[in-house]
Amino acid sequence: MVDAAPGNDAVVSASFWTRLNENRTVLGLWFMLPAAAFLIFFLAYPLGLGMWLSLTDAKIGRAGEFIGFENFTWLWGDSVFWLSVFNTLLYTVVASVIKFAIGLYLALLLNNNIAFKAFIRAIVLLPFIVPTVLSAIAFWWIFDSQFSILSWALIELGIIDQNIDFLGTPNNARASVIFANIWRGVPFVAITLLAGLQTVPQSLYEAATIDGASKWDMFRHITYPLLTPIIAVVMTFSVLFTFTDFQLIYAMTRGGPVNATHLMATLSYQRAILGGNLGEGAAISTAMIPFLLSAIMFSWFGLQRRKWQQGESDD
Amino acid sequence: MTEATLKTTKANAGASDDSDGMDYLVTRRSRFVTVYLPLILIMFVLLFPFYWMGTTSLKPNSELLDMNNHNPLWVSSPTLQHFNKLVFETEYPAWMWNTMLVAVVATFLSIVASVMAAYAIVRIRYRGAQTVGGLIFLAYLVPPSILFIPLSTVIFEYGLFDSPLALILSYPTILIPFSTWLLMGYFKTIPFELEECALMDGASRLQILLKIVLPLSVPGLISAGIFSFTLCWNEFIYALTFISTSANKTVPVAVLSELVDGDVYHWGSLMAGALLGSLPVAIIYSFFVEHYVSSMTGAVKE
Repeated sequence: MVDAAPGNDAVVSASFWTRLNENRTVLGLWFMLPAAAFLIFFLAYPLGLGMWLSLTDAKIGRAGEFIGFENFTWLWGDSVFWLSVFNTLLYTVVASVIKFAIGLYLALLLNNNIAFKAFIRAIVLLPFIVPTVLSAIAFWWIFDSQFSILSWALIELGIIDQNIDFLGTPNNARASVIFANIWRGVPFVAITLLAGLQTVPQSLYEAATIDGASKWDMFRHITYPLLTPIIAVVMTFSVLFTFTDFQLIYAMTRGGPVNATHLMATLSYQRAILGGNLGEGAAISTAMIPFLLSAIMFSWFGLQRRKWQQGESDD
Repeated sequence: MTEATLKTTKANAGASDDSDGMDYLVTRRSRFVTVYLPLILIMFVLLFPFYWMGTTSLKPNSELLDMNNHNPLWVSSPTLQHFNKLVFETEYPAWMWNTMLVAVVATFLSIVASVMAAYAIVRIRYRGAQTVGGLIFLAYLVPPSILFIPLSTVIFEYGLFDSPLALILSYPTILIPFSTWLLMGYFKTIPFELEECALMDGASRLQILLKIVLPLSVPGLISAGIFSFTLCWNEFIYALTFISTSANKTVPVAVLSELVDGDVYHWGSLMAGALLGSLPVAIIYSFFVEHYVSSMTGAVKE
């Protein structure tokens, strides 16, 4: 691979092969090869295959026949599917809004001059780096119907008389999984927004203070406008990951009770892998794509806005 | 809350006689209420599950299921029986090994592929490099939960089902887009002149990459590596779908599927398993916090 140092035979060896490899495009192609191979064989091809599968009646161990939009028309009349769409939207919207609110608040708190700042920041991020399933198991135990520490604490404080069945009734289960999701997502939002806050020039705040601006004015007219581009990107990622969440639900409720916490991802797993109906599962996955596309568009326009805001050229 | 309000009123009362000096105090105390108190509250909620995991894993079963005679927040007679059971009576060491193997190899492969791709996009700038960069960003946004169904048939076709290779080859699709994007940002900061000098001296592109660009972007490589490693360790849906034999499972999947038998939950060993499984990432994270944070925020800012 490595070219020989220019010597006597350099003129001879400057053959077609060498000249070819000095061509930018050919050289670029060589460098792209490993990444492209992975992404084509294990990402692009399955993505296309998934859309194709959604149009077939494939089962596990049996290649399907093309059946047009039958899977989709079947899902259209399936109340469990619509329930999962509702759950997914509810889960995404509620969790994202609260994650954003608490995350921004935590970021603003951490942006103060506080003792042991680096240490606190490192600790805050812990929920995000610990494998989701493992922390979800901890929440499963915290929300246990008999031995929940929360029920115990509330009874000791005299607020309630008997254990709360956190994961046993539909609305309690929804609230519990949303809580666990928020718990895991807040550190990500907070730390990335904190990084954004640190790029806001202090001189702006100094000028505003001299002009007699209140804390809220400063937040509203300096911090927030300068932070919007990062907020847009962070929230797009947050929405994307929440919308496609699987592990947390699978570990805590498996979609129960009576499908009340089934998300589209967990439902597609149940139908395709446990039920064997690959086609139908793939159709549910494909139905998620429009939602994801809208999230990506949101991110795209967020990024665009950032560029003209900062007066950068669009390269 | 009452204690806090008490403190502010006290401070206000004192403020009348010596306004200058007291002003300092007021801000200190109101700072406690507006900054430290909420911070402590949020930190408590964020950290409590870990504390609860830890105490549960150390409690003997009798204490675990009897909340009336033992204060559940404290361990009166700590025991290592759950950890013992995990290490000697289950296949936990094998699961750990599998996860470690998959995470290390997948991370290594991804970093190599990403370095080359990022260098080509940023510096070789072949025709269409910008478009490819955009496509890679899009690939970053394709979530595993819409890919796992078709990917499982693909894995089956390639004959990789139930082998660690299935995970080693599929995880890079999650890692490469992210790492490439991150490294592109790093490579952009390296001055062109350095490379031009090397080119003049007759170095090949590969030599430039290995001897000039890589040594200068070590922090970026560490960031991408650490982040990739934790992503691998966290990955669940592929590992759940592509692996069926108990001995081949990764920690997150195995703790959930193998440690729960029937309706009897062995909470002690479940928590011990969750804690042990979190340990490797937590240790690596604690050594490279700064790199981790910069990779997380860097990827968002780019």
